Amino acid sequence: MTGFFEMGGYAGYVWPAYAAAAVVMVGLWLLSLRGARLLEAQLRLLQESRPHRRRTAGKRTRPEEATGADA
Amino acid sequence: MHRFANPARFLRLAALVLPWSGGLTVVLLGAGLYFALVASPPDYQQGDTVRIMYIHVPAAWMGLFCYTTMAVASATALIWKHPLADVIAKASAPVGAGFTFLCLLTGALWGKPMWGTWWAWDARLTSMLILLFLYFGHMALVNAFDDPTRGAKAAAILALAGFVNVPVIKFSVDWWKTLHQPASVVKMGGPAIDASMMLPLLLMALGFTTYFVSVLILRVRAEIAGAKIRAIRLMQVHGQG
Repeated sequence: MTGFFEMGGYAGYVWPAYAAAAVVMVGLWLLSLRGARLLEAQLRLLQESRPHRRRTAGKRTRPEEATGADA
Repeated sequence: MHRFANPARFLRLAALVLPWSGGLTVVLLGAGLYFALVASPPDYQQGDTVRIMYIHVPAAWMGLFCYTTMAVASATALIWKHPLADVIAKASAPVGAGFTFLCLLTGALWGKPMWGTWWAWDARLTSMLILLFLYFGHMALVNAFDDPTRGAKAAAILALAGFVNVPVIKFSVDWWKTLHQPASVVKMGGPAIDASMMLPLLLMALGFTTYFVSVLILRVRAEIAGAKIRAIRLMQVHGQG
């Protein structure tokens, strides 16, 4: 098993290459996932505070209530 | 052409594809890593440094593939004013930049023990560095305007102008005398690489591709949500909320 980690004497080149790939790819994946989730949650909040016009035409939320979701 | 222009339709398709592309990425990269690190032999000349190839070469392919995706999306956006095309171009750039950066970094880590230098200003390496700067330029330009549509248009023109670099990278090893070795997989007369090395290379390349699809979907979803949020805010400002 030690031979595996030594990489024939090239451990200092092989492992950093794989580590860099892991950091960049996992990092970009997590950032993209977080970005999508944050914005989609924000959008849902905005849409809930601002009910669909056709369905709730009679009892529409006033604009000052609708903007309350900005925070 | 415009069938997928509708974000709702895209989002339905994306919800269908994402679990598969994400699951495939894990399986392909898991198998790829096993064959790359454990079940493939060291090279008879390069020893274990050849294992860097299983990151380096797929990363290089993806650097070019993401840029091509970006250029095709940009052309679609400019010619057909396809609203989703701009979003796809914008979402591709950071992924392509990540792969291009990995290609350059792993190339340096491979070059030091094999060529005796981290870096050389040869045609292949330099054109790949230009690709990284094109990605950075695209990412900066797309966000440089208050009006997102203007930023998208400027970035699309940059992406198309910069596309000339893609064939230059591909053929740089044939056109100029370079330190970098010529193609050994995609070449006339079939690949000059042993099957034991071809398998991990293909697994990693496929895994990188499904990874790109997955991250692209996530980033496009974020862009669509962001655009809807902007639209709602705009309506509120104009007193229609």
